[in-house]
Amino acid sequence: MTDVADTGPVLAADGTPLKKSLARALRLQKTRALLLIAPLLLFVLISFIFPIGQMLWRSVENDIVSETIPLTVEALRSWDSTTGELPDETVYAAFAQDMVVAVEAKNHTKLGSRLNYEKTGISSLFRRSGRAINKWDLETDGPFKELFIDVHDGWGDIEIWRTIQTHARSVTPGYFLNAIDMQLTPDGAAAQPEDRRILIRLFVRTLIMSLIIMGSCIILGYPVAWLLANLPARKANLLMILVLLPFWTSLLVRTSAWKVMLQQQGVINDVLVWLGMVDDANRLIIINNQFGTIVAMTHILLPFMILPMYSVMQTIQPTYLRAAKSLGATNWTAFWRVYFPQSIPGIGAGSILVFILSIGYYITPEIVGGTKGVFISNRIAYHISSSLNWGLAAALGTILLVVVLGLYWCYDKIVGIDNVKLG
Amino acid sequence: MKLTTTLLATAAMSLAGIASAQEMTIVSWGGAYTKSQLKAYHEPYSANTGVTIINDDSSAEAVAKLRAMNEAGNITWDVVDVVAADAIRLCDEGLAMEIDPDTQLAAAPDGTPASEDFGELLVSDCFIPQIVYSTTVGYRTDLVGDTPPTDICAIFDLEAYPGKRSLEKRAINNVEWALLCDGVAKDEVYSVLETQEGQDRALAKLDTIKDEVIWWSAGADTPQLLADGEIVMGSTYNGRLFSVIEEQNQPVAMLWDAQVFDLDGWIIPTGLSPEREARALDYIMFATDTQRLADQAKYISYGPARASSAPLVGQHADLGIDMAPHMPTDPENAKNTFLYNFEFWADYRDDIDGKFQAWLAQ
Repeated sequence: MTDVADTGPVLAADGTPLKKSLARALRLQKTRALLLIAPLLLFVLISFIFPIGQMLWRSVENDIVSETIPLTVEALRSWDSTTGELPDETVYAAFAQDMVVAVEAKNHTKLGSRLNYEKTGISSLFRRSGRAINKWDLETDGPFKELFIDVHDGWGDIEIWRTIQTHARSVTPGYFLNAIDMQLTPDGAAAQPEDRRILIRLFVRTLIMSLIIMGSCIILGYPVAWLLANLPARKANLLMILVLLPFWTSLLVRTSAWKVMLQQQGVINDVLVWLGMVDDANRLIIINNQFGTIVAMTHILLPFMILPMYSVMQTIQPTYLRAAKSLGATNWTAFWRVYFPQSIPGIGAGSILVFILSIGYYITPEIVGGTKGVFISNRIAYHISSSLNWGLAAALGTILLVVVLGLYWCYDKIVGIDNVKLG
Repeated sequence: MKLTTTLLATAAMSLAGIASAQEMTIVSWGGAYTKSQLKAYHEPYSANTGVTIINDDSSAEAVAKLRAMNEAGNITWDVVDVVAADAIRLCDEGLAMEIDPDTQLAAAPDGTPASEDFGELLVSDCFIPQIVYSTTVGYRTDLVGDTPPTDICAIFDLEAYPGKRSLEKRAINNVEWALLCDGVAKDEVYSVLETQEGQDRALAKLDTIKDEVIWWSAGADTPQLLADGEIVMGSTYNGRLFSVIEEQNQPVAMLWDAQVFDLDGWIIPTGLSPEREARALDYIMFATDTQRLADQAKYISYGPARASSAPLVGQHADLGIDMAPHMPTDPENAKNTFLYNFEFWADYRDDIDGKFQAWLAQ
């Protein structure tokens, strides 16, 4: 028996090699673990990864043109738009064929709204032409060039055809160009006219204001977190409730409350006038601008800064400070050289939370931001629910996502993501 | 109370996942408006047919949500209340079904077919108008001195009426008013707006008051700002002003000058099962007949869309005052009006609104 044990593999109780048996047991364990997290994994996949993938795809997808008028798109390939002449009869004949099918399926107006984002007036061009085209007989009527121009003189406008040709591609960079204040023209990418540029400005504003909000959260939150970590338990608990109380109140209620506080006939102005610090005729304008957004959002996001700071500060031993002082450090030096560096992971965690949350904030800027205090997310919401330009909304969302990931990467390089602690 | 019960019932139903054959979801704007529909349409209809009506206050996002539902292939709404511009877009996108007014809607009591009774208010093949409402201006009577404003251009007159004013955060209506007050004749407004110069001109006029404007996006904003004394005057829907003035007795009065008419009404989404579609059509037939439209005016000051309903408009259900003089369509009020140009805005909305928003952000 000893011979076997020395030369052969180690056996488990049931006679199988121990290595195999161990692997089986581990596999079983791994499967069990996987099964346990499977619901979460599926949930994340279905509700998070999949929609994000869809959004990424939607920002470049442009099948509608080539699907609604396939023959026309094909025929337009051989048309040289730079000659300054209208497409010839083959294009119009193909277009007539496409349109008869499209009108039957009521797809022509969809295409009209899509192309209207690129050139104003196309929407009604398609809608008005639909009825007339419905009555045509493809076999006997024609030539179609004159017929189309008869129905609406827009069909005799070379710019309309150039627009259709330009946006016929089924994968388009157009939405991304729009998202950075440019546009896809027949002659390639070009800047938007000056009076329509807004998005870059909003991206920059969103970033700057998020940084300001993050900064004010740090300044206001740090002392509170320090108190929370250092007060005796009973007082600290009371303070903790005060910090958490806003958390339990609806976001909309808190935002509306700021409206009541900050408006010109509001509480703060009334008090200042009563104290004689502000003239009644010149009440302060502290809402419906950037200031209003910063105040309201700082208040709303403050707990996200305080809580991670607090949980990090709790782990800092008070003995370190005492040791520093006993070695001759002043209060300030002890704090700055000993305490503060140890609390940085908390600041880092809080800052990331607050910054990323505020970059995507929507409802608070909408209510208290006026015109100068709104973020890029308000524009995304507008394109989702009002203008229905979902391609552009998706492109804006994608850019926002990339910017956040980029900043995260920078943060990792500069501060180090291991240096972030939530407790 | 009734609303709460219905809402509770909705929650219970959706939790249990039961889709009873005898219920339908009707989408509207919520607040006083849904309440007026509940009293005038839903309650009598439920009493007649036994169908349970579930209210969903999602009209503000109706177009986007219907589009998403359509893409997902699961339409959960049966009848949707939208403004005419949205109805046109839904029709364009194939998201609302076409309805033939003469066969699918009730004729007037005297036998006039529905298409004539509604007349030119049938602005889309998919849309059955319900009310005419208007966007107009209300002002604080205690903040305008001895000379209360009489015409729309008071908005642009900072000398006579200093102080903040509120306007809607979009181009529609504002650019029209700006051009009118910049000396453009009423019937030329839209042809001027088609040009780049015209659009610049409208924005330049708005620029003169830009610093004094609070921009609103919810219909309740202006009434609230007026009640707080935060603004001197502001634009909002006429029904909201009626409620501030008559129901809440605030020191507010309103202008009817250059009120912009708009329509609100029903659409039925495409893609319903035949059975649900039949029920939705049956409801529409009932809810848009002459008497029902006149009944709604008892609860809210919006004008019925049928010509035959106007003589039947009675008194306010609680206040007991005559509602006819508070209708935007009342001849006394409708001396100088504007009809929202649907075709124009369907084409120019993206372009002009893009410029308008860029101008706002400057």
